[in-house]
Amino acid sequence: MSFEIDIAKRLGETDIALTLEAGEGATVLFGPSGVGKSSVLNMVAGLLRPDRGRIAIDGETLFKAAKPGGVDVPPERRRAGYVFQDARLFPHMRVRANLLYGAGGKADGLEDTIGFLGIDHLLDRWPRTLSGGEAQRVAIGRALLSRPRFLLLDEPLSSLDRARREEIMQAIEHVRDVLALPILMVTHDPAEAERIGTRVVRM
Amino acid sequence: MLDAVEWGAAEWGIVALSLKVGGVAMLVTLPVAFALAWLLARVRFPGKVIVDAAIHLPLVVPPVVTGWLLLLAFGPNGPIGAWLQDWFCVTVLFRWTGAAIAAGVMALPLMVRAMRISIEAVDRRLENAARTLGAGPWRVFWTLTLPLSIPGVLAGAVLGFARSIGEFGATITFVSNVPGETQTLPLAIYSALQQPGADAMVWRLSCVSVGLSLIALIASELLTRRAGRGLHVL
Repeated sequence: MSFEIDIAKRLGETDIALTLEAGEGATVLFGPSGVGKSSVLNMVAGLLRPDRGRIAIDGETLFKAAKPGGVDVPPERRRAGYVFQDARLFPHMRVRANLLYGAGGKADGLEDTIGFLGIDHLLDRWPRTLSGGEAQRVAIGRALLSRPRFLLLDEPLSSLDRARREEIMQAIEHVRDVLALPILMVTHDPAEAERIGTRVVRM
Repeated sequence: MLDAVEWGAAEWGIVALSLKVGGVAMLVTLPVAFALAWLLARVRFPGKVIVDAAIHLPLVVPPVVTGWLLLLAFGPNGPIGAWLQDWFCVTVLFRWTGAAIAAGVMALPLMVRAMRISIEAVDRRLENAARTLGAGPWRVFWTLTLPLSIPGVLAGAVLGFARSIGEFGATITFVSNVPGETQTLPLAIYSALQQPGADAMVWRLSCVSVGLSLIALIASELLTRRAGRGLHVL
């Protein structure tokens, strides 16, 4: 199983609960805004602590609520490739430095990644000079170059126009089919869910 | 009025001493102020309100009280003064180092304020993104928190430097007014005001004071605006 998630969390007035076992390919969390889809991704990434439950990836437990014997792997050791809705590029680093931030000083794989994302001409630019689509492609590249075990995508297309969406969609399909990384993606768009999702989980 | 433009060795000495006292005060206070600013911006702990208030005390307590408290602490029988004497055989009383301590304490609240605002302005979501890319808390601090808050840190440093140069009440109470040792610009102006016929000296030193302060405030304001626009200076 790529993802084994059984978690619950109360955030303000919202109760977030999800039980999910997913194999290879892309798992899409689909549902309206405000049901806590992004919070689920944050919990899988280790940025938000569930109240109870367990999270495991490829059989390795990343989080387990238990006293004693609980597990809570810090985010920097979960090897999640997290692509946020807003690209969250580091504004004081050029694109190249952003891409290599999580690469541990090794630039191998850079050529392949910038090649299929079509961002080779952006390497020396500052993030603030990029369009939304360019920034999102750099963010995907940055996540991939950190050698993740799985990818978390939080509505990566929502801030883009139709033409840009198609580019990013193809990039995600490439990750799913060619790089064969397990993907957990959040969306509220049924067409996106249909196209990317190997399976769709409603929340 | 001709006197007013005559600039002698005495004036140079006073300005040089002021810059030395202000510079040392600022540099020594800088890491302390940054650590406190970070603590107030990022950490929740019991008694935070009290720590916050204590840091701001020098801003509102009469400077003469601050100076007297420093005298108690650093005097020969004070806890810090006795320790310095026993271990290093040094005293800061009537010394420029004491003037720098007084200036640093008085500048601390201004520096903490400027730095705290810029640390609070650093987008935590960027730091979270860095964590998911494999960066531990220290790397996140050195590669994101610190560089992104640099404009505020510099603004705070410049402001603290200017405040240090202007420090009067705590300094004269703590380390007295010793020419060539603790007599910085404001103390020299005060002395000149006591002497008949030293008006020209008062004019000259006051002009330098206003000029230095103006430059510092403009620099600090420009840096703060840069920080507010989310730009970086490195």
